[in-house]
Amino acid sequence: MIKCKTSKEIGGMGHSKKRKEDARFIQGKGNYVDDVKLPGMLYMDIVRSPYAYAKIKNIDASAALAIPGVVAVVTGKDLEKYGLHWMPTLMSDTQMVLPTDTVMYQAQEVAAVIATSRYLARDGKEAVMVDYEPMTPVMDPFKALDEDAPVLRSDQEGKSDNHIWHWEVGDKEKTENVFNNADVVVKQQMHIPRIHVASIETCGCVASYNKVENHLTMYMTTQAPHAIRTVIALVAGHVGLTEEKIRVISPDIGGGFGGKVPVYPGYVIAIAVSFLTGAPIKWIEDRSENLQADSFARDYHITAEMAGTKDGKIQATRFKVLADHGYTDASANPSKFPTGLFSIGTGSYDYGASYMEADAVYTNKPPGGVAYRCSFRVTEAVHAIERMTDMFAKKVGKDPAQLRMENFIKKEDFPWASPTGWSYDSGDYHAGLQKAMDAIGYHDLRKEQIEMRKEGKKFLGIGISTFTEVVGAGPAKDFDILGIKMFDSAEIRVHPTGKAIARFGTKSQGQGHETTYAQIIAEELGIPMENIQIEEGDTDTAPYGLGTYASRSTPTAGAAAAMAARKLRDKAKKIAAHLLEVSEQDLEWEPGKFFVKGAPEKAKTIQEIVFAAYTNHPEGMEGGFEATHYYDPPNLTFPSGAYICVAEVDAETCDIKVRRFVAIDDCGNIINPMIVQGQVHGGLTQGIAPAMYEELIYDESGNILNGTFMDYLVPTAVESPNWETGHTVTPAPHHPIGAKGVGESPTVGAPPAIVNAIVDAVAHLGIKHLEIPVTPFKLFKELQKVGYFKKNA
Amino acid sequence: MTKKITLKINGTEHTMEVEPRMLLVHAIRENVSLTGTHIGCDTSSCGACTILIDGKSAKSCTVLAVQAQGKEIATVEGLATAEGLHPIQEGFHLNHALHCGFCTPGMMMRAIELLEKNPNPTEEEIRWGISGNLCRCTGYNNIVKAIEWTSAKMQGKDLPSTEPEFV
Amino acid sequence: MIAENFNYDAPTSLEEAIALLHQYGDEAKILAGGHSLIPMMKLRFASPTHLIDINNIPGLSYVKEEDGYLKIGAMTKEVEVEESEIIHAKYPIFMDATKLIADPQVRNFGTLGGNLAHGDAANDHPAVMIALGAEVEITGKEGKRTVGIDDFFHGFYTTAVEHGEVLTEIRIPAASGNYGSAYHKAERKVGDYATAGVAVMVQIDDQGRCTKAGIGLTNVSPLPLRATRSEEVLVGSDLSEAVIAQAAQYAAEDCSPTEDLRGNEEYKRHLVGIITKRMLNKAIVRAKK
Repeated sequence: MIKCKTSKEIGGMGHSKKRKEDARFIQGKGNYVDDVKLPGMLYMDIVRSPYAYAKIKNIDASAALAIPGVVAVVTGKDLEKYGLHWMPTLMSDTQMVLPTDTVMYQAQEVAAVIATSRYLARDGKEAVMVDYEPMTPVMDPFKALDEDAPVLRSDQEGKSDNHIWHWEVGDKEKTENVFNNADVVVKQQMHIPRIHVASIETCGCVASYNKVENHLTMYMTTQAPHAIRTVIALVAGHVGLTEEKIRVISPDIGGGFGGKVPVYPGYVIAIAVSFLTGAPIKWIEDRSENLQADSFARDYHITAEMAGTKDGKIQATRFKVLADHGYTDASANPSKFPTGLFSIGTGSYDYGASYMEADAVYTNKPPGGVAYRCSFRVTEAVHAIERMTDMFAKKVGKDPAQLRMENFIKKEDFPWASPTGWSYDSGDYHAGLQKAMDAIGYHDLRKEQIEMRKEGKKFLGIGISTFTEVVGAGPAKDFDILGIKMFDSAEIRVHPTGKAIARFGTKSQGQGHETTYAQIIAEELGIPMENIQIEEGDTDTAPYGLGTYASRSTPTAGAAAAMAARKLRDKAKKIAAHLLEVSEQDLEWEPGKFFVKGAPEKAKTIQEIVFAAYTNHPEGMEGGFEATHYYDPPNLTFPSGAYICVAEVDAETCDIKVRRFVAIDDCGNIINPMIVQGQVHGGLTQGIAPAMYEELIYDESGNILNGTFMDYLVPTAVESPNWETGHTVTPAPHHPIGAKGVGESPTVGAPPAIVNAIVDAVAHLGIKHLEIPVTPFKLFKELQKVGYFKKNA
Repeated sequence: MTKKITLKINGTEHTMEVEPRMLLVHAIRENVSLTGTHIGCDTSSCGACTILIDGKSAKSCTVLAVQAQGKEIATVEGLATAEGLHPIQEGFHLNHALHCGFCTPGMMMRAIELLEKNPNPTEEEIRWGISGNLCRCTGYNNIVKAIEWTSAKMQGKDLPSTEPEFV
Repeated sequence: MIAENFNYDAPTSLEEAIALLHQYGDEAKILAGGHSLIPMMKLRFASPTHLIDINNIPGLSYVKEEDGYLKIGAMTKEVEVEESEIIHAKYPIFMDATKLIADPQVRNFGTLGGNLAHGDAANDHPAVMIALGAEVEITGKEGKRTVGIDDFFHGFYTTAVEHGEVLTEIRIPAASGNYGSAYHKAERKVGDYATAGVAVMVQIDDQGRCTKAGIGLTNVSPLPLRATRSEEVLVGSDLSEAVIAQAAQYAAEDCSPTEDLRGNEEYKRHLVGIITKRMLNKAIVRAKK
């Protein structure tokens, strides 16, 4: 049980408070961007390229413009007049808003049709005639680096290849030495496929420019409204749209998962058209556009190696990555981290040598990649280390649980300096894995596995993943996006009657901020969480912040809330001393009141104190009861988890079923167990998705083969097993409330546990590795390769 | 080319002129401004647009508005009454069966028909019963739990605990 | 996603519907459940100029045994089949199949007639109807005619239903004696089209001999397929393990699947073999109950 310092009525940390935001969602009163309706609003639809790589010879809009109700057709040439046809990406690359001459991927925006209704905009779109001259696209990232590969980004002066950047970390020489002298080396090429966040709400906006006031109100599906306002000002400042004239409103968001961090061309076109016409412009993607054109995630080709002793001690790792970014690097990473936080890939294990390098290339695919429910490429890293740990265990003939236990960093060794430069703040990996093993009955399962192999109808596999996450970007000295430091903010205003409103620079997309932030403030100030209103998502009212992604809201804005509340508690203490006519040193705090030491009946409640702040505050003190804090974290937080998956494989059909899955998470101190558990459930389903179902597939001509929900296989309640969850608590020592981010741990940790289980199920047949998504079809082909069906024919 | 139709939504009649191609979901969202019913895909895959037509759960993005002429339509906005929330709304809230809320109206409307036909569903029956509704946030555990809770509530049985089993 | 515009009529009698089909010609389409057609129209893969909605025509929705047949009205919805008592009692193959078709909301709309008349080998009922030896009643200007299921499917999205005609009833020889049927398909996730599907019907005499067998295959050939060689090896046999294995092997050999995202040819043949074996065993158990 989690111990709570506050009463249930106050509802501070540790209480499973029901969510405050639910009321509107369960009654159909949420306000998502497609619900925004403004007078005189026009609708935009986008003409998209059927080719992955083609010259645009001509765009004939006459038939579209002849349709009554079609107001305008906008092309790249139109935007070029205002210098708006290109925009910067978050990684300081450039991306077309609309092309003037060349399209670089299938489904790229080619022209925008503006009409008086959604239906007419679609009719207009169908009527725009574009004459293309198709070219042979570059789809294979390895071939993109061939000397004779066509140079895709000929718009970049002097560019002579498709290479974007090279990155490396760790001690190359030291690592090589360890590898050269190691008893055992395991090596595996693996692909973490291109996937999509597929939030159920697609992206969209209503851009509303007021010509008279020279003011833009932008309702949009964004996880980072403040940063987006700055980006819009950077893109459009030269046409007179400066930052004080821009208000970004992020209404309710129907799931984000990182996909609503980037600035998509559609947003910019809508702004440009509203700017030119003076009418509000609504643009809402349909699902196909969302899957086919919005930023992808992952797509890392990794060559992973692990070296160790023959008795199972891990000594070194080496990862080499080829990153397929599509036609532009539109990743959403901190500026100095082109591979995000991939270097966390040394894992939860105590060894001293690692070297990682990555190269990024351009191809004719949609740009990206976003940090999909993952603190910047941690998913890729964890997949590599957890697969390698299993392969190493297999090679040295050790049980994978035992091998992990023997290699874990010990809890007394924190803070622990990783060979790639991280300082892990805290963890208790042994306790987590032991708890997971006990919950699932690990040793009995091993016995059952042997029995089932004898019987031969189904094969049982048990897979483990014991991962370390790194979240909460981040310390301002290292982390920025386009130069803006990645702190985050909270502003608390307590009204005279003791009720409060607090505003944040983050933006919930379902994480429950309206509840959890209120609980943090309740914990610190003793004001009941029910009496604390939380607001986010309006840049005119909320303090500046970098937004919600990469599990950073609790580590940064949550900390800011606690720090701002503590400023207020300090003030409260002064007022209480004044009211009780004692010195501050004589006062003691318990949630909700200050009382005189030794005389608890002499007390002032926080409500009385706040009232006094407006009516009877000490001379010389500023009136009111408000505080703001911008929190710059001293370090990231390092949540961890121990996951065990039990999978069954049908020996004939190769069908795969996850029989059980136990997830033990450690995210430090827990604010709201119900919400943390909910995050873990959801993340686990987003873990089974890429492990067994989801992948964006392209053919050699650049056509996407599964650009709808008919073929992009988002798991339903049938594919998703009943998740069994639990936790351990190792507080983050540097964090004001000892919390760590958690939203992404399950997405990061689940895929290798599932794949390890499936590989384990069929290991006795000669299978060493399986690429995700592991489908029955893929497993069939792998089993065919090792001659399994011949033997059984 | 337009047709005059009358849609009876949550007990109120709305008369409008629509093109035959107007999807029922658009008529509900845009002509009647009931925006609780959402759109999440183009292919009848996600179920965010689920409503009830004559008591049967339907994907309103795959039904023409003209087809709903004369039928009783129920949307999420009609669930709560003067007496309070519908049990399914209570069930979803108390069991944390929603995160972003986007799939929630469709999921609840589907669950209502499921419980109507099968008041005591097993976990397996619930999972299959909501297999036409995608949720990207919750991992479905708590949706299943919410429907089980609602089943008990609607039959006046002892209510399962709504505390998370997160130890 | 929005369809092109079209005209819409909702006749209340079959005669009226048929007259409208003739009046509007080739560009008119019948709207039954609409859950195949409307998505295709939204994606603009299909753009009929007229839709004739036959949902308001009474008398096309029923499941009943009559004159030695199981008769199913063409506009009977999947959900009505799922909930029919006679189906539960005697034709469990429909329970197997409907559960795997799309999802509950779609099954509230999708009709059996529509599933067949769409003429798609990826749909599940064609194989079921082949296994059960169904015949289909088609109504046109000149009256009704009956087509055996083996003559019903003509090509991709084309069937024996000519323009100006409406599929009105499906007739299946009624179950009698030791009669068992079963259906399963491998699918990538729930509600998906089949990677491969197999429908099976067997009838067994008191000595354990197979007197009648039907096997239909889903999505492993351009047209819904009858596994004729498999049926032949079963009829007259004792349904031994060896016979079942032989039937399964023939089914796997005789289909002609093509590679797609769901699998390659080998995998699909492999699945057809295994599912045929499993469904035969299931149907035999059901027959002997």
